Amino acid sequence: MSKTSRSAFAAVIVALAPTFAQADDLGLRGTIEPELRLFTQSASSTRQKDTDISVSGELTGKYMWDNGDQSLIVTPFARLDQRDSRRTHWDLREARYGLVMGKWEVRLGFDKVFWGVTEAVHLVDVINQTDLIEDPVKQETRLGQPMLRVRTTQDFGTFDAFLLPYFRERDFPGANGRPAYDIPVDMELTRYESSRKERHVDGAFRYSHHLGDIDFGISYFQGTNRDPILTPALSAQGDLVLAPFYAQMKQASFDVQATKGAWLYKLEGYWRRELGREYEAATGGVEYTFYGALGTEGDVGIVAEYALDSRGLMARDPYENDGFLALRWTANDEASTSFLGGAVVDAETGAMGFRFKGERRLGDDYRLSAEAYFFGNIPRRDPIYSIADDNYLQFRIARFF
Amino acid sequence: MGMTGRTYRAALCAAAIFTLSIISSGPLRAEAPGLPAPSDPAARGLAIAEESGKRDRGWGDAKADMKMVLTNASGETSERALRFMMIENTDGDGNWSLMTFDKPADIEGTALLTYPHVKEADEQWLYLPTVKRVKRISSANKSGPFVGSEFAFEDFSAQQVGKFTYKWLRDEPCGDRTCHVVERTPQYENSGYTRQIVWIDTTDYLFRKTDFYDRKDSLIKTLTYQDYKLYDNKFWRPGELAMANHETKKSTRLVWQSYAFHTGLTKDDFSTASLERAR
Repeated sequence: MSKTSRSAFAAVIVALAPTFAQADDLGLRGTIEPELRLFTQSASSTRQKDTDISVSGELTGKYMWDNGDQSLIVTPFARLDQRDSRRTHWDLREARYGLVMGKWEVRLGFDKVFWGVTEAVHLVDVINQTDLIEDPVKQETRLGQPMLRVRTTQDFGTFDAFLLPYFRERDFPGANGRPAYDIPVDMELTRYESSRKERHVDGAFRYSHHLGDIDFGISYFQGTNRDPILTPALSAQGDLVLAPFYAQMKQASFDVQATKGAWLYKLEGYWRRELGREYEAATGGVEYTFYGALGTEGDVGIVAEYALDSRGLMARDPYENDGFLALRWTANDEASTSFLGGAVVDAETGAMGFRFKGERRLGDDYRLSAEAYFFGNIPRRDPIYSIADDNYLQFRIARFF
Repeated sequence: MGMTGRTYRAALCAAAIFTLSIISSGPLRAEAPGLPAPSDPAARGLAIAEESGKRDRGWGDAKADMKMVLTNASGETSERALRFMMIENTDGDGNWSLMTFDKPADIEGTALLTYPHVKEADEQWLYLPTVKRVKRISSANKSGPFVGSEFAFEDFSAQQVGKFTYKWLRDEPCGDRTCHVVERTPQYENSGYTRQIVWIDTTDYLFRKTDFYDRKDSLIKTLTYQDYKLYDNKFWRPGELAMANHETKKSTRLVWQSYAFHTGLTKDDFSTASLERAR
């Protein structure tokens, strides 16, 4: 976040504070979540350690008026990290005004948008930048994106138009960070294809609808690709680093889901034009849930998906020819206990990744979670080779207030 | 591997929690006129169910808050809080609903939109606020517990008259009123019940009690409807629903607060797009 937007944000908070304090229709809530990470292998760099303690916090202020048709939501997020100064970061997840007028809706400010249907890889979801240091493996956490969004919902579907006036750079771990690439990314060396750099104005359009069992969407995006090309370079200090380059792209995409009883069938994909080249990628699969599995009150869900990228191993996205399999057990108990085990296998390189997650609520206001990430059989040519020595366990306890 | 498991399942719920309470009002009389004779128990049972539904027509749209109190066998309690929006659907397919969780805090803002159907599967969408994602979900889960409570999904969703066949059993006193006692048998797939026995009073045609029989045909749960209040001089709603599980000795109370009718909601407020709005 730039200095100007930081001080603008502070000004907004100060200006709104008295309004919040008096308003009846005010909601204020937050989370504090300490975290411990344990790495089970020796690091590739002496600057990387085997343990890491960190704490994150998020606060949401919500103010609604005009019978709920107008709303203001501000959600700052921050993390303090013991080792990595880059992971010590903050972001405005949301800071937006919303107006509903019958079938029309307008939103202005920092916001988040999700497109797509699949579980493992989110190919068509391109509006928000990934918060990579927050979520280095799954990459599902997003940075807030400044936008003007106009939506209309008609009998024949929902139309969204987006104007995206400012680009958010992807954040990367620092030299002490872990998991991380063996060669650190130097964000001082960021370059853009557009001469307007991060001020290039992007635009997007989406149409989505549901007909019976089928939910579908088609989208178009034109502007700065959120996914940078990383090329080796020398830093100002003369060290070997990776320099991010953000190209302009045009993307047309679709996503579709069929819901048939306990079966879900999902498919999404895109066509892109970037730097004079065209390429495609798609992912899809099935999800099935056994309700009341094995005579218990719990459910067992199975997800099987596959992802394909026409660029093959040249793809920046690590999932170019990969299969995913996940098993999820939910106890349906008072504490919402659940376990998840997932595996990804690269059909081309044989590289494998595993994720395990267990969580439950403790009382009304706490939630415990434990996660494990393991990588195996990763050849040097695979894009995720760099984090192959970063197997880790992660424990978190969230306090909600 | 992107899975949103906990909230995904935890917040799954079914249509119209309030269809449970949507019963009726009417003038004081011993029995609705024109009810088929006891010699035809199937027709009489169906007519009683239809009368109960008919007396509640015309409420239009409604908002209400619900507190859910879960009590385990050793008496420890935990609470959930939800907000409801409902719109009446007069085509017999069931009322549309949008419910939002306020508590527990870790699933706050999670919302569920339901378009119930009698013949086809219900249509349901779940909104996950942390990832801003609207997901179409399977509505095949009927018998599973709703957020760890003693209510199953079908106890909320399967309330339309057309989802059962009926058999009138007898009329008998219930509290200070007389009740029709009717057996109803689920006609939809994946039900956890062989049958239910419902007590519907002959004065206002309000549900007073339901006994649930599991797949082994043993009595597993009993639901009682309490503190009925009259809204807009026309619509009766229970202030409290108490579900007792005879097997696990656990129970769940639903406490309804701040009912409001004809609040100006339209079908636009029940679109998949409206799920993403601040509430």
